[in-house]
Amino acid sequence: MKSLLYVITALAVFGLAFWAYRENYATQQVLKETRGLQRQIGAAQTRLSVLRAEWAYLNRPDRLMELAELNFASLGLLPLRPDQFGRVDEVTYPLQPEFTITEGVEVSGLNTRSQSEQSQ
Amino acid sequence: MTRRPLRPLARILDARAKGENPDAIEKENIRQRHDEMQVKSRQRAEGRLLVLGVFFLCAYAAVAGRMGVMATSEPREPVASTAGSAIAMQRADIVDRQGRILATNFETHSLYAQPPQLIDPEATAARLVEIFPDLDPARLLADFTGTRKFLWIKKKISPEQKQAVHDIGDPGLMFGPREMRLYPNGSVAAHVLGGAGFGKEGVSAAEVIGVAGVEKQFDSYLRDPGNGTKPLALSLDLTVQAAAERVLDGGMKLMNAKGATSILMDVHSGEVISVVSLPDFDPNERPQPPTSGFDPSVSPLFNRAVQGVYELGSTFKIFAAAQAMDLGLATPDTVVDTRGPLRWGKFAIRDFRNYGNALSVTKIIVKSSNIGTARLAQQIGAERQRDFLDDLGMLEATPVEIVEAQGGKPLLPKNWSELSAMTISYGHGISTTPMHLAAGYAAIANGGRYVSPTILKQDGPQLGRRIMTEESARAARLMLRKVVTEGTASFARVPGYQVGGKTGTADKPRPRGGYYEDKVIATFASMFPAHDPKYVLVVTLDEPSVFAYGEERRTAGWTAVPVAAEMIGRLAPLLGLRPQVEPAEVTGITLTSN
Repeated sequence: MKSLLYVITALAVFGLAFWAYRENYATQQVLKETRGLQRQIGAAQTRLSVLRAEWAYLNRPDRLMELAELNFASLGLLPLRPDQFGRVDEVTYPLQPEFTITEGVEVSGLNTRSQSEQSQ
Repeated sequence: MTRRPLRPLARILDARAKGENPDAIEKENIRQRHDEMQVKSRQRAEGRLLVLGVFFLCAYAAVAGRMGVMATSEPREPVASTAGSAIAMQRADIVDRQGRILATNFETHSLYAQPPQLIDPEATAARLVEIFPDLDPARLLADFTGTRKFLWIKKKISPEQKQAVHDIGDPGLMFGPREMRLYPNGSVAAHVLGGAGFGKEGVSAAEVIGVAGVEKQFDSYLRDPGNGTKPLALSLDLTVQAAAERVLDGGMKLMNAKGATSILMDVHSGEVISVVSLPDFDPNERPQPPTSGFDPSVSPLFNRAVQGVYELGSTFKIFAAAQAMDLGLATPDTVVDTRGPLRWGKFAIRDFRNYGNALSVTKIIVKSSNIGTARLAQQIGAERQRDFLDDLGMLEATPVEIVEAQGGKPLLPKNWSELSAMTISYGHGISTTPMHLAAGYAAIANGGRYVSPTILKQDGPQLGRRIMTEESARAARLMLRKVVTEGTASFARVPGYQVGGKTGTADKPRPRGGYYEDKVIATFASMFPAHDPKYVLVVTLDEPSVFAYGEERRTAGWTAVPVAAEMIGRLAPLLGLRPQVEPAEVTGITLTSN
């Protein structure tokens, strides 16, 4: 009985040691992956900040002003002036397009029948 | 454990037979037993103490060992915990009130050399000079062939330059990663932002430190790793700031001024929406501070809005009028004697023109009469005037959060005499910054409460201490409106925006005492819309001069006012102010009965 207990205990120690060994390596693997991911996140953040800086640089007021002046012929952009404000009631309602029938489609058969009756 | 009896029968019987006292045997045995117990318990206690001692030794050794490891090891980001993800390595961004970037970081590289590892110093030096023409070839070659083990060649290089240096292929040339501060908008808001430079420099990193402006003021906030993702939000509006700089720059050139400044401030929250000081600079390439020996205001680094301490002239008159009304000494219609010159000792106060014998308080402001204002100041008295200006924050440096603002301490008379009070009432004898003036006008504009100007975005109105009653402030605003409609600032009529304001033209003091005849500081302090002011605009031109209607004109009405009017017409729409028709004054209806 006692020897069985010893054997079981020894086996349990082996098992636990094996489990600990595996867990250890699994943890290290996860840590490695995390590190890699964090490096990627860091790189992405750097890239994002560069893109943001570029966006801000491309949208700097001096450049926009220059672009507006260069493309004045096509865009016609001018600085905002007080007289450009309007009120809603100054806006005219859009004109209703005149409704004209160009291609009539006969939807009623009354006419045709009367015509056929007449012909008979 | 076998227990020995205290009275063993054999010895008792033996003792009895010998006629001895058997109790002695029991006592003897008890003593022996106690001795044994004592020895045992001492051994146990000693053992416990030993265990405890070993435990504490191990614990302290572990703590000490950990401390030693932490002190000597390189810092590393925790990998396993997620809490560390909020920490950023970068300096926090600076954004405007709408979140547009004013300052951010950019990754770049520095170039350094280790001369002992250079293969071909001469050729390397020659090719480096080709890439960087500003390097001195002779000095570079001397450094490369000398005894130096290490030298910095360039602090910041572009990717193209890096590639070109890389193509030289010399193992003695090395790159270190650098984080540099980038101001994408160039010179826009340069004086507010200030600039940044490198502090302690290493091969693998360098710390970025603010050297001026808000970068220096909030350096510890911006550098705090916990704030890396929380940008510093300023009260500036990038669009308004850029437009203001453009208009003011044009105005400064038209008026032949050598410098100009403008401050646009929200009268309720104290937020500075735009602050311009010209000439300006590019904070990406911050110029060197001027060496001693000349006027600091010549340098583009000089922030006229918060550092420029000037006598701002007649713009101060409204404070005297407002205080006189607040104290009940006068009403807008009170008539004041304005016969000139007003003599005080050997000092005589004169008006720009003779305005007649008497004027109402409103007319004194509208026509800008020095004599009339001095009479009001006489009634107020030096003590009360000083307290009033102190309440308006005119006696201390402005609390605006730009590091240079601390240098803008007002110049006050040493002895605040009655004569000082009289001259101060029309803006002479006291020198303040335009920012002080903006804060003072904001107090009138918002109905009599002090607002401290701030460069940080605020959530709501400040509701500071009350300086004057609402009625006095309203009366003062009406006077300022009349200055525009019928007084010295007639050019400030902007269609759709009712501007109220006061002009001020002050002679510039000579560095060695006295005043220049032909150099002035022209100021226009205004608020709009006048019936319910939302913004205060202060425009100051340094030495303006314009030729109009056959004569050389320097007064603010001809120089600062048209510039300010143009600014209001340009900026008010950007601020979302819709042009409106001024509510008509209630016409005086006299009730009569038959």
